[in-house]
Amino acid sequence: MLSDIATAFWRDWLVLRHRLMKFILSRMVAPVLYMVAFGWGLSRSINVSGGSYLDFIVPGILALNSMNISFNSLTPLCTEKVYHKSLEEYLVAPISPAGFITGKILAAVLRGLISSAIIIVLAWCFGAQLTLTPAFVLVLVINCVIFAEAGFCAALLVRNFEDMARVNTYLLLPMSFLCGTFFKTDRLPQLAACVIELLPLTHTAVLLRAISSGESVPWQSVAVLAFYAAVFYAACLYIFKGLKQ
Amino acid sequence: MIEINGLTKNFTVKDKNGHKAVKTAVDNLNLTVNNGELFGLLGPNGAGKTTLVGMLVGLLRPTAGKILYNGQNLAQHERDVKKIIGIVPQHINFDQDLTVWENMELHGRLHHMPEKQRRERIEELLDYVGLSERRNDNIKALSGGLKRRLLIVRALMHKPQVLFLDEPTVALDPQVRRRIWDLIRVLHKDGVTIVLTTHYIEEAEALCGRVAIMDSGRLVTTGTPEALCRNLGSYAAEWDGENGRQYRFFADMDEAQNFAAVRNGALTRRTNLEDVFIELTGKAMK
Ligand SMILES: Nc1ncnc2c1ncn2[C@@H]1O[C@H](COP(=O)(O)OP(=O)(O)OP(=O)(O)O)[C@@H](O)[C@H]1O
Ligand SMILES: [Mg+2]
Repeated sequence: MLSDIATAFWRDWLVLRHRLMKFILSRMVAPVLYMVAFGWGLSRSINVSGGSYLDFIVPGILALNSMNISFNSLTPLCTEKVYHKSLEEYLVAPISPAGFITGKILAAVLRGLISSAIIIVLAWCFGAQLTLTPAFVLVLVINCVIFAEAGFCAALLVRNFEDMARVNTYLLLPMSFLCGTFFKTDRLPQLAACVIELLPLTHTAVLLRAISSGESVPWQSVAVLAFYAAVFYAACLYIFKGLKQ
Repeated sequence: MIEINGLTKNFTVKDKNGHKAVKTAVDNLNLTVNNGELFGLLGPNGAGKTTLVGMLVGLLRPTAGKILYNGQNLAQHERDVKKIIGIVPQHINFDQDLTVWENMELHGRLHHMPEKQRRERIEELLDYVGLSERRNDNIKALSGGLKRRLLIVRALMHKPQVLFLDEPTVALDPQVRRRIWDLIRVLHKDGVTIVLTTHYIEEAEALCGRVAIMDSGRLVTTGTPEALCRNLGSYAAEWDGENGRQYRFFADMDEAQNFAAVRNGALTRRTNLEDVFIELTGKAMK
């Protein structure tokens, strides 16, 4: 099991290392744009309780970015399954499915954390105030785990890469903007707010914001995230085992 | 020993009117392959060879029937069985994001080989198929034939006791094909059980101790190539008839020659496995 985790992680790490610089640079573009547009451009005209709007959105950007990165770290599995068939190598090898899944998730978490680190550095450059604590990192990691798992499931369920792009457009993009990332969910119509507040990304955004501004940690949100992580993990296992037609 | 009992595989497909239909790719198949045997699996396109191999290696779930490896049921002991089998798939399935070496290393790691052993084995195998110089090339940079060579040696990385080769020598130049044949013979001598599918009948004839002929998911016959030829008639007469080339088979050489003597341009020769194949699976394309 441990060696299977290591193998799956090793493979993704190799691929990442082949193009580490490209990965880092491309992952800087979106967050920089968010910070310029919303942080600099809009911050003077927006007032949120307490600190500046930039301080408000940086945790939100971290949440949405780690979601997108960890999700899309595992979506290439779709190509490996459908087009290259390279997933077969794993299916005919004497490995533990849980080990394979865990290794993949850890690799996606690593990518999520690298890009988060980039954003934190950028945010400091833009003059944002945020406090980093172990709880902050923990929440980020759980968020990455949840969406890595979701990416794993999606990649193995869709039939082609087109569908994968659709998942991104119809699910991840709206979540990126609505889940308490750029504004509080109480601004939404009540029904919409109810739905949005159930989603894991909302909990992550709320948690990161609370922690970074030094408020007490709403632990029930951590519990919700852990619940999501567990459910998605079970889904990963189920779907992976179902690959055998 | 591989025992296959009542093995069936159905796929759900769309028929020509677009309705759901069941396609039986392997149909209630019974077969035993003995340890150390070099076994050939022949059959026209779509006969179900790849599907059968897929089930034998745990890639496809049988609809019915069971597979035993030395008495162990594959369905219950999947990981134990996977440790001892190696597969050369019909299609190339390398990890396109990795190099030649990394693909081999991935395989070694998936089979839990220790690092030193992994390294030595990769060196040895790449050298055998002349790919040592290309070790740091991306997989995409290899030509089709070179990829095939790598595909074959990758399956040998972990020294499997049972090896499945699904059309291993497609697209290889004659030199390499001969080299791969040599390799297969060496493995056979070392006691590896080998199941080989191929469309090159002369390949099966040259290598296999026993062959099975499949058609439409069913087993048509099994036997040694010599016995199959003998059953059909060891001597063949062939001539140009009204509907193309015609064949007749005779147990006895004189009979064949007498038959040929009264037909213009007829020739006689020994029956070969290809004759058996065509006679048993039909001349029409499916
Ligand atoms: N995943 C699948 N879904 C639906 N039908 C399938 C699937 N895989 C195989 N088949 C069908 O099952 C039959 C057997 O296919 P298979 O690939 O096993 O044949 P084969 O003997 O290997 O042929 P070839 O010599 O062309 O490789 C074919 O009719 C094929 O169309
Ligand atoms: Mg085939």
